[in-house]
Amino acid sequence: MTAAVAQRAVPSQAARVEYVLRLADTSLILAQRLGEWVGHAPALEEDLGLGNLALDFLGQARLLLTHVGQLDGSNRTEDELAFLRDGPAFRNFTLVEQPNGDFAHSIVRQYFIDAWQVPLFEALASSADADLAAIAAKSLKEAQYHHRFSSNWLLRLGDGTAESHARAQDAADTLIRFTREMFEPDEVDRQNIEAGIGADLAAVQAAWSADARRVFAEATLKLPEAPPGAPVGKRGDHSEYLGYILTDMQFMQRAYPGASW
Amino acid sequence: MVAVQTARPAQGAALPAGAATRAPASLEQRVWALLDTLPDPEIPVITLTDLGIIRHVQVADDGVEVGVSPTYTGCPATEMIRRNIREALAAAGIAPVRVVDVLFPPWSTDWISERGTAALRRFGIAPPQRHAAAALPPACPRCGSTRTERVSEFGSTPCKALFRCNACLEPFEQFKCI
Repeated sequence: MTAAVAQRAVPSQAARVEYVLRLADTSLILAQRLGEWVGHAPALEEDLGLGNLALDFLGQARLLLTHVGQLDGSNRTEDELAFLRDGPAFRNFTLVEQPNGDFAHSIVRQYFIDAWQVPLFEALASSADADLAAIAAKSLKEAQYHHRFSSNWLLRLGDGTAESHARAQDAADTLIRFTREMFEPDEVDRQNIEAGIGADLAAVQAAWSADARRVFAEATLKLPEAPPGAPVGKRGDHSEYLGYILTDMQFMQRAYPGASW
Repeated sequence: MVAVQTARPAQGAALPAGAATRAPASLEQRVWALLDTLPDPEIPVITLTDLGIIRHVQVADDGVEVGVSPTYTGCPATEMIRRNIREALAAAGIAPVRVVDVLFPPWSTDWISERGTAALRRFGIAPPQRHAAAALPPACPRCGSTRTERVSEFGSTPCKALFRCNACLEPFEQFKCI
């Protein structure tokens, strides 16, 4: 569904919908992954912390999905969009569907996302799409808080024991390849950026890289180069993990259509 | 004149029964007064107005609109707050009531009133620092010492973090500054 028509400053409706859907699905799938930690984190405080993060990302997803349902004219609710779409219709980054792994993997994944969301929401807070701007301004406050949590943990793991350092480095080496799609603009990104709706990805990447270099250096970790070749989730090209997430997340509405309580 | 009417006199309520026939401004005041009695569902010592989440009350011909800002986007209390507002106003005979979300400008803990801040402290929750002083450690709500340290960025609700006081050695929750 990539918009074929490249118009100057006026994105196609499909491109506008697609842009917000990517943000919405990225928050939704990460919320689902973080929720899997509840009851399993290494300490009660971190259990609460990861559960709180999940809640914030779910909150972002709800606002963004509601906006998608209005933008595309379908009037689908947040619930219909979350529970009644199949895998290929999801537009989340492949990064957020990656398994939780050990605590270090979850923290590195979280840090990569938080360091992206902060400059992204700063830029989107002045988006030409007023609803998107309001959601971004609201979510920015939460993203800054998340960033403090994940970067502090990255420091503790990287500059901790030999074991925690090795695990954090392994997580970074494994997950770095999924960061490419965050910054490589495609037609949807370009149309929205030109129209003043989307965030300038070059600026977001510059902020992300500067932050990651600083935090990784302080954590005594090596920030790896991102090799090409990872599936591009924002275009609907996912890893095998997404299907399993949806099977779990959508079970209730699939088994009992329309169930509510 | 407004079409909004109290279907039945508010018997036993703090407001006189005659309030139903007042001009729009006073209906608005009545709504504010009612909202000021509604506790936050998760931290019941603070009212919705003291929490600073009630953004506007508009009386129009087709009903009363109450604008509410969510504290956190995913806060589960948001749904309950909306329902509590509708029920409280309906119980006072004010209908129809529309509760709308106001996302922008985003809610800030700086909007918590002085009365709300004092109520939190009495309840044992360190109130949020004002943004101007956000870098300072919060004072212990029990002994007042600022020799406090953060145990966790997150607590039992989205709006709180866990601290401990190194003077009186008691743990406490802090309302996060956002």
